Amino acid sequence: MTEPDPQTDVPTVDESGFPVAEMTTSPGGPVSDASAPPPDAADLVYASQWKLMGRRFCKHKLALVGTGILLVFYVVAAFCEFFAPNDPTERDATLILAPPQSIRFVDEEGKFHFRPFVYGYRMEVNPETWQRVYTPDPEKRYDLVFFPKGEPYRLWNLIPMQRRLFGSTEGRVLLLGTDTLGRDVLSRIMFGARISLTIGLIGVVLTFCIGITLGGIAGYFGGFTDHAIQRLIEVLICIPQLPLWMVLSAALPGHWSALRMYFGITLILSFLGWTGLARVVRGKFLSLRNEDFVVAARLSGTGEVQIIFRHMVPSFMSHIIASATLAVPGMILGETALSFLGIGLRPPVISWGVLLQQAQNFQSVAMAPWLLYPGLFVIIVVLAFNVVGDGLRDAADPYAE
Amino acid sequence: MFNYIARRILLMIPTLVAISMLIFFLIQLPPGDAITSRLAQLQAEGSEISEEAIAALRARFYLDDPVHVQYLRWVGGFFRGDLGYSVVHEQPVSTLVGDRLGYTMLIAVGSVLFTWVIAFPLGFYSAIRQYSTSDYVFTIFAFLGMATPNFLLALVLMYLGHTYFGISVGGLISPEFMGQPYSFAKLVDLLKHIWIPMVVVGTAGTAGLVRILRANLLDELQKPYVITARAKGLKSLNLIFKYPVRIAINPFISTVGWMLPAIFSGDAIVGVVLNLPTIGPLLLESLMTQDMYLAGSILLIMSALTVFGTLVSDLLLAAIDPRIRYD
Repeated sequence: MTEPDPQTDVPTVDESGFPVAEMTTSPGGPVSDASAPPPDAADLVYASQWKLMGRRFCKHKLALVGTGILLVFYVVAAFCEFFAPNDPTERDATLILAPPQSIRFVDEEGKFHFRPFVYGYRMEVNPETWQRVYTPDPEKRYDLVFFPKGEPYRLWNLIPMQRRLFGSTEGRVLLLGTDTLGRDVLSRIMFGARISLTIGLIGVVLTFCIGITLGGIAGYFGGFTDHAIQRLIEVLICIPQLPLWMVLSAALPGHWSALRMYFGITLILSFLGWTGLARVVRGKFLSLRNEDFVVAARLSGTGEVQIIFRHMVPSFMSHIIASATLAVPGMILGETALSFLGIGLRPPVISWGVLLQQAQNFQSVAMAPWLLYPGLFVIIVVLAFNVVGDGLRDAADPYAE
Repeated sequence: MFNYIARRILLMIPTLVAISMLIFFLIQLPPGDAITSRLAQLQAEGSEISEEAIAALRARFYLDDPVHVQYLRWVGGFFRGDLGYSVVHEQPVSTLVGDRLGYTMLIAVGSVLFTWVIAFPLGFYSAIRQYSTSDYVFTIFAFLGMATPNFLLALVLMYLGHTYFGISVGGLISPEFMGQPYSFAKLVDLLKHIWIPMVVVGTAGTAGLVRILRANLLDELQKPYVITARAKGLKSLNLIFKYPVRIAINPFISTVGWMLPAIFSGDAIVGVVLNLPTIGPLLLESLMTQDMYLAGSILLIMSALTVFGTLVSDLLLAAIDPRIRYD
């Protein structure tokens, strides 16, 4: 070992990008406010775990943004009949693969209008390729209004209504263009959200039930049961997920109704998803089994079921919820992939995967890139779930800085 | 060490048996049996099929045997190199799968290499310059990479390639080289095409690995031994490469096991979009035509490769990480 020469060593430290000062300050940096006692410090001493978790979660700005985005998406999905400017099944043979309209404030003559409007289409046929070309037609100006009266519809198939969130009384507003049958892409994305987003949630609830039950049994009882369940999990994770999903969904009878198909696909997605959660739960059970509070409960004669559900499960519930949130994107992507390949949900049903199926071949993508918009929404939702899940996981960790 | 390897290999056997049973059960699930769809297809084409012909077909595929005999015959074939028989194609599965499996493995290996080559510098840089602009950029890239379905990435690449570069993306070999013997020109042509599926399939894994490497390296960098070494004046880069990186890099090896199933999943859907001659599209086609023996054999091959990949990655990990005990 040679003595380090400070004169040659110092610049190396700077160049190699390892400023010592940064390392020592960074752990304390983001939580510097924690050192000063917050005004409600007395409350925090007695705060429940959930309250503490909520506080930590609210400090995670990105996670809050993600939560906001998810709320907006789920509200739109819940009331999509009202939010969608058009009927998603309405076809128009004169507007096939029409490009998105842009919202305008200034018209052709340069005049500013306070009320936004869109232009209708003028169709021309390209004499060489015989392709239809749609251009904005300044003659057809459709003013955008809130709550216009349109075709009557039923919210949730129950409540008769006539007004939608926005639109125009003069013509169809097609902000994201139309598909190969002249249907409004934006409205279809909103209706698709209802299927695609709920499949993730229902799938995760199922996964949650299977995972907690099997993981709990494995971790609590140990021994042979644990061994058997561990082997089962190993077998399941060795089979590539998407191909296995494909084989399973191909086994669903083709004559099933849309609703049964929906639940069938959800079941298939959770059939494989539980393994990860079960491993987490098992690990938690193993580490908690010999904790003092569990031993104390057992010594005072508490029943096994009561120990599990009153004492053990609540102590790691927050952690499990974070894992479950991180499992939702996988489900949504799975449904999208299966439907995209044509072996998941099938066309009369509207889901994001079904919509993307129209963009499956290269010609349609080159001609109508707006058919890829459902994919953009998939990415946004998956990102939001990942960010929220990360935030929850950090918040659920009592030892996190 | 030898005991460890032997035990791991022995453990593979029950896993593979269980997987094959599960897969055989799954391919029996759809209504009808292996020849039902073939018969329907023949009838749709208008050919008359006599009762004897049906009986002969059933006898040829041993469909009247009990289920466990059928299972044993199917699995037993794998040991003799007989992967089953595709009813729809009227060809042995091994003929159908042969070349395609080679391309799939090529893409798989390429994707793993791509993942390593890209993930290492990004994760490393993100960790040593935590909270810098580049760190945020890489983090955003990683999150986006994890959130984008890979078929969408393939579609976007195809669109960009066509619109801005005027190249046709898709397939692995240009039409003029189809059926030609292997030559240098054909190899170059293959390389021109194959990087796209490699990038598309590898992106999600890369993004995940960047996050893992960053987190692991950050954990290591805060440990007392690093501070001690630095206090003693060890050069920064030397120090990082010699100790923390060696520990933080373990996931590069250990994730190969679970990267393989992800790559097969990616191949199944990207292959369809990019029109690749790999086993993914063949699996989809076999499911569409209810050619269940073909589907089952493909699934079993994929699973067996995954089990084998996991074994290799476990052995490698045990070899490079002395903390893993062999008993």
